[in-house]
Amino acid sequence: MSVTFTRSDDVLCALLSGEIDHHTAADMRMLIDSEMERTLPKTLILDFSEVQFMDSSGIGLILGRKKYIEAMNGAVFIKNTPSYVRKIISLAGLERLILSDKPKGKCE
Amino acid sequence: MKYSNYFKMTIPAISRNESFARSVVSAFAAQLDPLVTQLADIKAAVSEAVTNCIVHAYCDVDEAGKITITAKSSDQHIYIKIKDNGCGIEDIKQAMTPLFTTKAEEERSGLGFAVMESCCDKIKVTSKKGKGTTVTLTFNIRQREVI
Repeated sequence: MSVTFTRSDDVLCALLSGEIDHHTAADMRMLIDSEMERTLPKTLILDFSEVQFMDSSGIGLILGRKKYIEAMNGAVFIKNTPSYVRKIISLAGLERLILSDKPKGKCE
Repeated sequence: MKYSNYFKMTIPAISRNESFARSVVSAFAAQLDPLVTQLADIKAAVSEAVTNCIVHAYCDVDEAGKITITAKSSDQHIYIKIKDNGCGIEDIKQAMTPLFTTKAEEERSGLGFAVMESCCDKIKVTSKKGKGTTVTLTFNIRQREVI
C-alpha cells in the first residue's frame, strides 16, 4: 500500500497503489488526511489506476474524504477505476464522482 | 454432490489476515479456471465476510478470536464457509440492509453484505447471539473459454 501525491494549484491528486481493504484503508486515510491538512486543496482527486483490489472499505475511504473536503467547501473526484473497483463504486451509487474525460492520465 | 477438492483453515481475527484469507481462497478457486472477473468477485466476497468477523464478531473481547474458513469445490461450484465464534448478529435482516452500519465512526460503509450478495450466486447467513456467525457463499463457476 502506498499513496503518492501531486499538487497543482488547488488540486491535490492522490495516486493509490496496492490493495484497499479494512487493514490498509486506515493507513491510506491517515496519509491522505495529513496531506490535505498540510496543503488545503479545493479539489481532491483519487486515482485508482494502481489499485489491484478493493472491497467496501474503499467506499468508506472515499466517503470519509468527501466529508472532510466538503467541510472545507472542496470536492472529491475519482479517476482511472479498474472494472473491479468500478463495480464496488456502482454498488455504493458513487459513479457521479468518477471523472470521465477531464483530466486524463495518471496522477504523476 | 461430489466434491473434488477441499480445504480448511483457522486464522486469528486480525486485520492483516484479510488479504491472506482472500488470497488463499482465490488460489483454491483458481484451480477451476474461473473468469478473471469472477475470481475478483470471489476475493471481494471473502474479504467482506472475513472483515465482518474482524470488525464485529470479537469487538467486546480483548484477545483476537478465531475465524475458520472451509471451502469445497466440484467441477462447477465452489462453496466457501466463513465462521466465527463471536458475539453473533442480533438482527440478520437489518445487518444485511445496504448502508446499515454500527461502525460509522470507523468509516465502515455498511455495504459488506451488499458486496457479498452481488458477487456470489447464493449466500446463507446463520447466527446465534453469543455463539457466532457463519456465512456460506456459493459460486457457480463461469469458466474461461478455451481458445
